[in-house]
Amino acid sequence: MPSLKDLRTRITSVKSTQRITSAMKMVAAAKLRRAQDQAIAARPYAERMERMLGSLAGGVSGEGGPKLLSGTGEDNVHLLVVMTTDRGLCGGFNGSIMRGIRSMVREHEGQGKTVKLFGVGRKGNAIMRREYPDKLVEALEEIAKPAPTFAGADMIASKISEMFDNGDFDCCTIIYNKFISALTQDVTPQQLIPFAVSDVAEEEGASGGATASYEYEPDEEEILADLLPRNLSVQVFRAMLETFASEQGARMTAMDSASRNAGDMIDKLTLTYNRARQAGITKELIEIISGAEAL
Amino acid sequence: MAEDKVEFELVSPEKLLLSREVDMVVVPGAEGDMGVLPRHSPAITTVRPGTIVVYEDGAVTDRIFVAGGFAEISDNRCTVLAEEALPVDDIDKPAAEQALSDARDKIGAAQSDIERRAAEAAVSIAEAKIEVVDNPTYS
Repeated sequence: MPSLKDLRTRITSVKSTQRITSAMKMVAAAKLRRAQDQAIAARPYAERMERMLGSLAGGVSGEGGPKLLSGTGEDNVHLLVVMTTDRGLCGGFNGSIMRGIRSMVREHEGQGKTVKLFGVGRKGNAIMRREYPDKLVEALEEIAKPAPTFAGADMIASKISEMFDNGDFDCCTIIYNKFISALTQDVTPQQLIPFAVSDVAEEEGASGGATASYEYEPDEEEILADLLPRNLSVQVFRAMLETFASEQGARMTAMDSASRNAGDMIDKLTLTYNRARQAGITKELIEIISGAEAL
Repeated sequence: MAEDKVEFELVSPEKLLLSREVDMVVVPGAEGDMGVLPRHSPAITTVRPGTIVVYEDGAVTDRIFVAGGFAEISDNRCTVLAEEALPVDDIDKPAAEQALSDARDKIGAAQSDIERRAAEAAVSIAEAKIEVVDNPTYS
């Protein structure tokens, strides 16, 4: 039976924990709004770029095109870019990404392929260093701090294309948590190299009709050579923004339930505390009464 | 959409910077400046570091420095995907000069081809920035 003093200390400590978690929830909610706005603001660029790529790719597909578009023709070495957070306390966020990674690694290795990992975010890197120390080829941290910037995405993308130029891998996939709502995030793998024209862009390119009549300056090949690395950065940037928004959403939800749990705990502890206090008083009374009767 | 206007959009990776109907836009294409008027033929071009000049009612209304990117022109619409864009009036010349000398140092110190290319790109951007401040295009 804990003493009254123990219970009192316990209640105070849970109360201050609750204060912290609810403050973190507020902060996450504010950041979530900003992250969402940023993700929406970045959308037009990605859309326009996809449209341009769609109309260009139709013209230069097949052999002889740039490697970023058509790939190396093999798929023996896979590079997985893993987007996780730098900070914890966001529920199952990083756990679900890592689960996705584990199953992808198993799947690729089952097919006799080599897997390399490119980690972005401290939390994921710590896990991968422990579990796949020989596969982790790059580990970047604190890129999206305080918020994702295009320069950061560009840096990641240039590292990826440098590795690709050195022939370190054949296919590249980025894995991130797609933001659906504050409650749900979806682990999404997206292929970066070779470039997969998404259905929307392809459709527009095909039905646009104007595709064939575009004038290219300098020429298609050269524009593509510029546009593809650019597109890589844009895709990485998009993944970073999604990750950032999802992280805030996940943290908000996690902190909300933590605050609620703390509330429940305080109620329970208060009840025990009052019972113990009551029992103490009764005991004292009994002692006094039985003392008086003995006289 | 008015028939005799160009729908001009300037987009940076972070956001949509400008979207409105104008009379003419001059885009610094990789192979020379392109004046985009209504009913321009469809084209896609790379953009070199330089100034985008926007004309309305026969006068220049905006000058925006871009550090490169792409432009797509189709159906009275001109979309510029810029890497970095800022109004010419906001260019900080001393900062640009500093960036230029830093980038020049980097070319000398570059270890690999990739580093050298990145530094050379930075030099041409900084040079273009300073040039734009010193002699504004089409003034």
